[in-house]
Amino acid sequence: VIEDNAIVIAFWSLSATTIICALMVATVRNLVHSVLFLALTFVGVAGIYIVLSADFVAVVQVLIYAGAVGVLMTFAIMLTPGADRLNASTAFQAPALVLGVMVFVLITWVAYDTEWRISDRGAFTTTAASLGEAFLRPYIVPFEVASVLLATAMIGAIVLSREEHDDRA
Amino acid sequence: MIGPETVLAALTLHLEHVLVVGAGLFSIGLYLALSKRNAIGILMGVELMLNAVNVTLLAFARFVESPRPLDGQVFATFVITIAAAEAAVALALAVAIYRHRETVNIDEIDVLRW
Repeated sequence: VIEDNAIVIAFWSLSATTIICALMVATVRNLVHSVLFLALTFVGVAGIYIVLSADFVAVVQVLIYAGAVGVLMTFAIMLTPGADRLNASTAFQAPALVLGVMVFVLITWVAYDTEWRISDRGAFTTTAASLGEAFLRPYIVPFEVASVLLATAMIGAIVLSREEHDDRA
Repeated sequence: MIGPETVLAALTLHLEHVLVVGAGLFSIGLYLALSKRNAIGILMGVELMLNAVNVTLLAFARFVESPRPLDGQVFATFVITIAAAEAAVALALAVAIYRHRETVNIDEIDVLRW
């Protein structure tokens, strides 16, 4: 339970911004605007991370999501110039809306129905040093697997998006 | 009489509040991923869902009793890593499909249909 007024107000204003930007992603007409609102959503989520005293993850979020993924998506839109830029929906729009609302209601109900074991540990002071310790001691194997996965994904992305040259001649 | 001081004193942030915000983000992402016509729009929905999951993970790390409370943040960092890899491959796939079919609309990519 956080009782610091500034933090609570910051959380609610960040949450409102994030949710509104996420709704704009779903509703704006132009796909390019949609990507820009998505980048704003990522920045808002980074703010929520800071409220939850996860400073390292917040910086990573800004670097990777707002930076890299946002630019990547803009690139993907720019590299498909003939495709329509309309942020249109398929015939599944109404079922998807119903399912989304149902999932929201379900998670909210579970969140309020469960007896959480709340601790009074308070905010983390610094997380970057302890996270580095955790990555290189108990989580060293997942860490290495993640680096192999990143290399594989990078090679795969290059192979998939490369222009095909005819080398047979 | 209720003054601004009483309102400010009543302001608290509980785990449930953060979970509800995460649920809202997840539902919007789910709606995007299921309803959008453009493959890139679907990918945006998937990224939103991953972000929502990260919000809940960090909320649990911050609020819930645990012998190793930082593990939630470790997990969130892994999720971000995997999401970046997934985004790169999926966008490369979209570009590759566009090169062959001149479209990235998922209802026009139906070669597997019988």
